[in-house]
Formats: sequence, C-alpha cells, structure tokens
Amino acid sequence: MDYAAVVGLQVASGVATLVIVSLGLAVVFGMMRVINLAHGEFLMLGGYASVLAYGHGVNVWLSILVVPPLVVGLIGAVVERLLIRGLYGRMIDTMLATWGLSLALIGLVSMTLGNSVSGFSAPLGSFAVGRFHAAVYDLFLILAAAVLSGGIWAVLRLTTAGLVARGTMQNPSMASALGVAPERVYAATFTVGAALSGLAGGLIAPLSGVVPTMGTAYIAKAFITVITGGAAMLTGTLTASVMLGSVWTVGTFLTTPVFGEVALLVVAIVLLRLLPRGITGRFLRRSI
Amino acid sequence: MLLDRRTALKSVLLASAGTLAAPAIMRHAALGADPIKVVGIHDASGGLDIYGKPMIACLDYAVSEANAGGGLLGREIELINYDPQSNIQLYTQFATQAATKDRAAVVHAGITSASREAIRPILHRFNTLYFYNTQYEGGVCDANIFCCGSTPAQNVNKLVPYVTEKWGKKVYIVAADYNYGQITSKWITKYTRDAGGQVLAVDFFPLDVTNFGPAISKIQAAKPDVVISALVGGAHVSFYRQWAAAGMKSQIPLASTTFGGGNESLLLSPEEGDGIVSAFSYFQEIDNPLNKAFLEKFHAKMGPGAPYLGAELAMRTYVGFNLWAEGVKRAKTVERAAVIKALEGGISLDTPAGKTVLDPKTHHTTVDVFVAEVANHGFRVIQSFPQQPPLDTASVCDLAAHPTENKQYVVDVKI
Repeated sequence: MDYAAVVGLQVASGVATLVIVSLGLAVVFGMMRVINLAHGEFLMLGGYASVLAYGHGVNVWLSILVVPPLVVGLIGAVVERLLIRGLYGRMIDTMLATWGLSLALIGLVSMTLGNSVSGFSAPLGSFAVGRFHAAVYDLFLILAAAVLSGGIWAVLRLTTAGLVARGTMQNPSMASALGVAPERVYAATFTVGAALSGLAGGLIAPLSGVVPTMGTAYIAKAFITVITGGAAMLTGTLTASVMLGSVWTVGTFLTTPVFGEVALLVVAIVLLRLLPRGITGRFLRRSI
Repeated sequence: MLLDRRTALKSVLLASAGTLAAPAIMRHAALGADPIKVVGIHDASGGLDIYGKPMIACLDYAVSEANAGGGLLGREIELINYDPQSNIQLYTQFATQAATKDRAAVVHAGITSASREAIRPILHRFNTLYFYNTQYEGGVCDANIFCCGSTPAQNVNKLVPYVTEKWGKKVYIVAADYNYGQITSKWITKYTRDAGGQVLAVDFFPLDVTNFGPAISKIQAAKPDVVISALVGGAHVSFYRQWAAAGMKSQIPLASTTFGGGNESLLLSPEEGDGIVSAFSYFQEIDNPLNKAFLEKFHAKMGPGAPYLGAELAMRTYVGFNLWAEGVKRAKTVERAAVIKALEGGISLDTPAGKTVLDPKTHHTTVDVFVAEVANHGFRVIQSFPQQPPLDTASVCDLAAHPTENKQYVVDVKI
C-alpha cells in the first residue's frame, strides 16, 4: 500500500516533469508553429540562471522561480527580435536558425562557464509515507506543473490578452484588420514561451544539476510530448504528458531507466501511427 | 586548454569574425634539443571532469617536478595534454595523434574503462607505451599497458567486508551501465557472498541518467542493510543528492567503489555526503611523511587553484608517471621495448600513497588500500591494509608466460 503510494508519487512527478519541460515549447510550437530547436538550450540557460543566482547568495526560491524566467524571457525577447521575427511562416528556415542558436548557446555557455556539471541541493527536505521516504520537492514539482497549466489556461481563456493571442494565432490578417499588431503579439508570446522554458530549467536544476549540453536530454521528450498532444496545445500537452510520463516511470520501475525511455518512445510512435494529428486531433478538439 | 574541431566550430559560429578561433597548441619551449614527449589524455570537461581535472593537475605537477630535477636522461620532458571532453570518439582521435603525430614516448590516458578499451588497441597497434592510472574492474592483460590503479581484489575486497560487518548482510547495488559498473557489480556480489551476505538487486544506469527517483523508491521497497554504489561521473552525483533529499541518509547507509575518485565530496554538502564509505589505494587525508611533503610542495607549486585530490585517481597518475620515469632511468632510453623490460625488472617506489610495487606478470601494482568515510567535504581514514597484490588480474593473466596476450579478461565471478 505504502509502496503503491510511493510509486504513484514517482509517476506523478514523472508526468509533472514532462509537463514542465514541454509547456514552453507548447506555447512556441503549439501556438505559433515555430519549431524552436533551441528550446532545450533555453531550459539549460534557466538552469544556469538558477544555479548562478543561488551561488551568489540569492534566496533559493527566488533562484528557482523568479530569476530563470526573467533572464530567459529577456533572452527570448532579444532572440525573437533578432532571429525569429524575419522567419515567421518559414518553418524550415526557422528550424535551421534555431538549431544554429542552440549550438551557439551550448558553445557560449561551455566557453564562459565551463563544460562541467554544477548544481545545488533541492530545498524542502523529505517526508515519510509509511516506511517509505520521498523528497518534498517532488510534491512541489507536481504542484508547480498544476499551477503553471492552470495559469496558462486562465490567461488564454479568461483574459483579453489571451483572447487576442489566440485570435492572432488563428488568423493574423483578421486580427490585424481589427486593430491588433500581430508582430507585437508574436513577440510577447515567444517571450512568454521562453520564460516558461527558463522556469522549467530552474525547476529541474536542483534535481539533475546543470551542464551546457543538458538541453539535448529534454528537447526530444518535449517535442514528442507536444506533437503527441496535437493541435490543442494545453490539453494536448497535459494528456500526452500523463500518458507518456506514466509509461516512462512505470517502465523505469519495472525494468531499467533505459527501457523506460524506450517504452516512452514506442508508445509515442504507436500513438502517432494511430492518431497522426495527435491526441487532440481526434479527442477534445475544441479545448485549448 | 586545447580546443578540438567541434568546440572550434562552435566558436566560429559564435564569432564569425574568428576572434575566438581555435588557438594553436601551446607547446613548452624546448630548452634542450629533442625533448621527451609525454602525452596525457584526460577529460578536462564534460561529465567526467570531476575526475579528470585533479588527474591533469597531478600529471602536470609530476612532469614539472621531473623537469626541475633535470629532466630524464638529461632531456627535457614535454607534456602535451589533450582534453577528450568525456567523448570516446575524441579519445581515439587523440590517441592516434599521440602515437603518430606526436610520437609520444608514453601516453598517460583514460578515466573510464570504456575510454581505456577504446584507445588500448590503438596504442598497442602503434607500439606506443600506455599507462592507465585509474582504479578499475581488473583483468586487462596486455604487455603494452601498465595499470597503476587498484582493482576489485584490492578495494572491493576491503570495502564489502567492512560495510557488511558494520551495517548488515543485505546489499543493494546501483552501478553505472558500462563495462566498469557491470564487472564491478559482479565483484561486489562475489565479496558479499564471501562475507556471508546477500545481494538483493543490481540496478544499472547509463552515464547521463539524472533522475533517480524511481530507483530510490525501489531500494526502499527492497529494504537493504546497505547500498553500494558503482556510479560514475557528474550526472550520477544526482543520486547522492536525491538520496539525501528523500531523507534516506539517516535510513540506509551508503558505500561506494567510486565515490571520492574525483571531487564528489566537494560537490555535495556535508549533510548529503558525510558517512559515505569508500575504499581506495589513496586518500588525500592519509597520514605519512611522504604524503605530507608531497601535499606541501604540490600546493606551493599549484597555488590556490590546486585541486582537492580526493581518492586515488589523481595520486595514481602522479605515481604512474614516476613509475614510468623510473623505468626510463633504468633502461637509459625511452625506447618502448627497453622501458617495458626495465619496468618488468621489479620496480618498487616509495610514494605519498605508500609503497607501490609493479608486478611484472600482470603489469598491475601492489598497493596499500584504505577504507575511509566522507567527513566534511573530505575523507576520514578508518582502516588501512598494507601491500595488497592485484590477485584478480593475477588469477587470469601471466605476461611472463604469454607475452603476446592482448585482451581484457572478464574475471569469472560465480554468481
């Protein structure tokens, strides 16, 4: 019984991890159809922002929750202005440009901060479930994933800004005719997406440590989750995360971490074979 | 620091003007004509830099010490360090370069067993003498290589009885998923059985795994008396962090065949690290006059940037270089065959790690072994075992009888 609870907790935290690392990409790719191959590096920059902030004596919660999204959001705004803006609608060119950006960021961080692992301990300590012990930080990650998803839903659904953003993504020329400047909406959306990626980096830094190449470990999972999710970016990302995250963690429990990842990939491939337009291409189509 | 092609390419991408383009390899100005070339290939970056950096510092120090003493055979020693960036492909590239372009007299290289097995055939083929200075799983039988680190019959053999005696007979093993972890976990199993204990399970993790949550839950479900880790590299340090974060530090004690080989004890806070038990053929904290003198000179030479040496990897690199230098002195040449012959002539050195004797039959070393526990970012030595021979490799390898052998035996551990 206690064991089931602990396994359940691990599954939930696996799902939460997928949600957290995918949300930034879901906004940038799911909404804007911009294939941002530098998503993993935004995550990495967020991780470094939190490690450096913590190392300079900033409060641990500020280092995890505030500094990374601010820093990476700012970087995202600059990248959008200099690199992405001229390439909207040119999918292949965007891929090439963001891939170059990804290599450049890895190189830049390797040269300035060194290609080695650094990190800090997760706050909050541990708690007991029967005779099992687990980190409170796992619970915090689950909470963070829920709050982030809820927040994005609320902004898109309940605020004018969200309505404008959704309208602009659906039909930029109509939005423009109604007096909205699409390029400003794009810029804002990309910045928010980058900030979310940065926050994800900050959240996972205390668990995994940071290294300049860490992005590659997450970008594949993030893309698989978002693409498996399909057209409705938030619902899709959440359902795909639940499905893939459970398979991943349960697979890891039953076998080894290697087969856990294999199981995740197999399920994603089968899902996309059966539902080529993603989960929300078929179900829950009218959701966000 | 060297830049390889890939890093150089990235720098060019970054600064198209080329202001950051790869610098030329800095070579030591050769004072006398025709210096002796020594190549070091150790990871100064990437996940294995926690081991590589102290090893490089010790090799640098050993060479500068030899040069200050007049070099070898009256010739200056030129050290060329390559950084393979924790990338096996770069290991093979640099090993080939060391053998063909640099024509090195000796190559000191390799941290993981995967990297050693990648370059050992290359250096063998090019007849370039090879020193591997890391503790490893044992069994390498090749006349061209000298293995100066300790092996399971020396370290695991002391670690397992200590922890099973102290904490209990039920052992859970977590190990890195490549030849080192696979073979070492068999040795841990063997010595646990020998001590009358039982191995509940063995879990393997690829070197880039950072999420140990499920593994930690599995361990708790199995209720072992002690967890023995053969985890390797910077990413795996997450295991110890997550173990402590889950509150397991006070529940189940940890021992490790690898912890402390690099600067792991510095990466963790004392709350996370203290109490983890390791066994190696050297700890910076061992108390003897030679070690004290060495550390004083080492710190004077390297200044405030001197790395913490941790357990044996860095010190064995220093010892490995000096064993080779002793061989050269005796052979009166750096020519490979003559040096091997001299090294097989029964060399024994008094080193900061205690007496080290080269075994001619296996090309391994007889060393002092210490059991120690992590205490406040360093180690506290608990037990010491003088002059432990490399019995594991000796049980399968006899280069005196079969000088052309060239393979790694996976010592048959009955489990």
